[in-house]
Amino acid sequence: MAWETVIGLEIHAQLATKSKIFSGASTAFGAEPNTQACAVDLGLPGVLPVLNREAVNMALRFGVAIGAEIAPYNVFARKNYFYPDLPKGYQISQMELPIVGSGHLEIELEDGSSKTVGVTRAHLEEDAGKSLHEDYQGMTGIDLNRAGTPLLEIVSEPDMRSAKEAIAYMKKIHALVRYLGICDGNMQEGSFRCDANVSVRPVGQAEYGTRAELKNINSFRFVERAINLEVERQIDVIESGGSVVQETRLYDSDKHETRSMRSKEEANDYRYFPDPDLLPVAISEADIEAARATLPELPDEKKKRFVSEFGLSDYDAGVLTAELEVATYFEVVAQECGDAKLASNWVSSDLSGALHKSGIEFSDCPVDAVRLGGVLKRVVDNTISGKIAKQVFDEMWNNDADADTIIEQKGLKQITDTGALEAMVDDVLAANADQVEQYRAGKTKVLGFFVGQVMKASKGKANPGQINQLFKQKLDS
Amino acid sequence: MHNKTIAELSAGLSAGEFSSVELTEACIQRISTLAGRSNCFITQTPERALEDAKHADQRRATGDFGPLTGIPIAHKDIFCTQGIRSSCASKMLDSFVSPYESTVSAKLKAAGTVLLGKTNMDEFAMGSSNETSFYGPVRNPWNHDVVPGGSSGGSAACVAARLASAATGTDTGGSIRQPAALCGITGLKPTYGRVSRYGMIAFASSLDQAGPMTRTAQDAAMMLQAMAGFDERDSTSVDVGVPDYSANLADSIDGLTIGLPREYFAEGLDSGVGDVLEQALETLRKLGATTVDIDLPNTSLAVPAYYVVAPAECSSNLSRMDGVRFGYRCEDPVDLEDLYKRSRGEGFGEEVKRRIMIGTYALSAGYYDAYYLKAQRVRRLISDDFTRAFDQVDVIMGPTAPSVAFALGSKTDDPIGMYLSDIYTIAVNLAGLPAMSVPCGFADELPVGLQIIGKPFEESRLLNVAHQFQQATDWHQRAPQEYL
Repeated sequence: MAWETVIGLEIHAQLATKSKIFSGASTAFGAEPNTQACAVDLGLPGVLPVLNREAVNMALRFGVAIGAEIAPYNVFARKNYFYPDLPKGYQISQMELPIVGSGHLEIELEDGSSKTVGVTRAHLEEDAGKSLHEDYQGMTGIDLNRAGTPLLEIVSEPDMRSAKEAIAYMKKIHALVRYLGICDGNMQEGSFRCDANVSVRPVGQAEYGTRAELKNINSFRFVERAINLEVERQIDVIESGGSVVQETRLYDSDKHETRSMRSKEEANDYRYFPDPDLLPVAISEADIEAARATLPELPDEKKKRFVSEFGLSDYDAGVLTAELEVATYFEVVAQECGDAKLASNWVSSDLSGALHKSGIEFSDCPVDAVRLGGVLKRVVDNTISGKIAKQVFDEMWNNDADADTIIEQKGLKQITDTGALEAMVDDVLAANADQVEQYRAGKTKVLGFFVGQVMKASKGKANPGQINQLFKQKLDS
Repeated sequence: MHNKTIAELSAGLSAGEFSSVELTEACIQRISTLAGRSNCFITQTPERALEDAKHADQRRATGDFGPLTGIPIAHKDIFCTQGIRSSCASKMLDSFVSPYESTVSAKLKAAGTVLLGKTNMDEFAMGSSNETSFYGPVRNPWNHDVVPGGSSGGSAACVAARLASAATGTDTGGSIRQPAALCGITGLKPTYGRVSRYGMIAFASSLDQAGPMTRTAQDAAMMLQAMAGFDERDSTSVDVGVPDYSANLADSIDGLTIGLPREYFAEGLDSGVGDVLEQALETLRKLGATTVDIDLPNTSLAVPAYYVVAPAECSSNLSRMDGVRFGYRCEDPVDLEDLYKRSRGEGFGEEVKRRIMIGTYALSAGYYDAYYLKAQRVRRLISDDFTRAFDQVDVIMGPTAPSVAFALGSKTDDPIGMYLSDIYTIAVNLAGLPAMSVPCGFADELPVGLQIIGKPFEESRLLNVAHQFQQATDWHQRAPQEYL
């Protein structure tokens, strides 16, 4: 039987506020345990939450960016359950009236087509702390630094039909929250996390199959693997005569398996009710307009502009705009060198290859956009060849010098003196009579060999195009 | 000295008749010999009191003082006080020494009051007789065999016994007014949002409100002045200006219209209490007030609605008492579930557990609409009743409690009977209105309280009416024989 996969994602984006959503404690990552938890975060008797308006503003920016409905009021509710890293015995979240209502966004599929994915809602909530099970001799340590950190939980419609689509959606949200400056997107530190609701159904069936929820899959790669694994598991279960149970499953990346955490029957009754300590949050038209006014150019718009303004392909523009930092970097390089296509190639292949090879994040790139632009400018004006440009770039990787200084110091300027080049061409022809014969016999491919010889002799400083011309003139005359 | 009101003590301190240290020493002396009779304190803080008093005398010497500077008071043990056990009368928090200060206690400290100690109360403020305290019941200073009312029973008893000139209380369903009535003192529950709840251990967040418990309306005005005001740490506190509560105490109440809800003078009201109230109303009429009968038709729904909303909120508020970070933890838990179950099972008393159970049930999937949502709709109806009534009248009056103080133990096995002792006070909390109880006579040799209910943020008017009544009567000056 042919099966169709149905996926919906719940993404938790940690909002980049300086202080927590309901207290004044810092949200910075990595401090000593429990040093960033004040009386409110500890859930001491008598303390009260006070809403951080910046978290509301950030959620509004997200809502406006996905064209979502924004209700005039949203309400915080208590989600009641016991866990040692949940200090109050309830999490302040939103249930019936979330801040962001239904919206949508476009994702690009591998075949180049695009697809609209619905966002059901996005709501504000506080994060819990962390339970630390190691190093306590059978006891559990609790670190409440993270407790009260603001999260935006973004819930999609079950619109994705493959793990690839799920990844495309997740990456799109990732890019969006980073463009909006509302989340740093750091998946290692848990600032951007994802749960996936996965089910399968026979192709053509209208009803959804029973779903399993995969918890906390913390990299794009794991999301894809976990979903594919779960799809296989569900199909196996059904095809061997069983049925899928509604449950929460945990993906174990070491063992590469998903396993049951709890079934529907074991699920908590969270006893949601409006939090009487917090007033309903009023959102005016003016608030929405203010949020709209602060929106930066978003990935889709930027991509369109890169295509129309720089003549890039859809694909290249898509790669460059996936991350705001990359897009901004590219624009500076293109501006500096005056050749957007050249800039695009360099940013998306040479530069990202070099970063990947040395395991450096884009934000820590040792060559800034102005310096890279400076190198490419010299390619554009024929001062150096593309090959020499790579040499200059490698040089820059390890020091702070600009392109012109390196070219000057290393004597890398291209040889443009036709007389000197002709002499080299003649030398090569004289020394390689056999190949000249072959060329004349129609094996024109040896031209590459001749050019290579001159490049070698000139230590790369000859202009390959010019040499090519010279050879052709001499051999074809 | 102990028979003086705050106003009189404040004048005496200003005139240099005595120092705050002398006054405080006298209070400490009285507390050490007399407090045990009623068991009104959980924690006495004599050293802190003397420090506060010395500091107050210095402030008075340098001219940096207010009317409350140097006045000894007590706090209900529901307020978190830094460095002092803040137990909420529960085994659960017997070991909890608060690392921070509540807004109410901080404001009173800044005003220069002297802290004598933390008063006894019903466990987590759940009770109407002060019999649910982990530290044992409080006895009524007027008769040690009867209850002082609750939940602020310790505060009421300590003021009635002249051990402190004032005490703080909190009122979720009558917990300031009912013990004030039963102990013959003056108690004021302000409008919801008038006084910050920050640092006040939550029972039912949408109903809880702190207020003063004093001997006179004039003293209540002075205390409320220091307690009231917007607090950015409490999102439900209201940002409206605090008037001078003492400014119009002396105004005549000639022309005042008093509404008398028929439902408050119906079956269930003890006849002795009814007679005393009628005399009090006659006094007010002589002062120029007129009384009109009004209807609050949804009155009978108040107690049932309250016993859904309040337990629902408390079931969630008390979840933080889990034995993990502070407070009571059971011996040798074998696993997490055991830790939770035994810590909470052993740490909470019966009434608290009963209400957590009721509230958990009311919020459960499948029952939420039928109980919690319906109770919230009833709450709206009750609030609308008052709004309509206040179109016709300036204040509403009636009994604070259906009877005088009852015998210790007489209702402990009858939760419904106990809950009905708040039948006249609960609706006010559901509607968020300000209300007072003032002493208005005696029935069976025990005090009776007159309840005065006002429009939102009209505490000044309540204080004015109460003060005028107290100018015309001396019930508030009576003291129990043993504590004269």
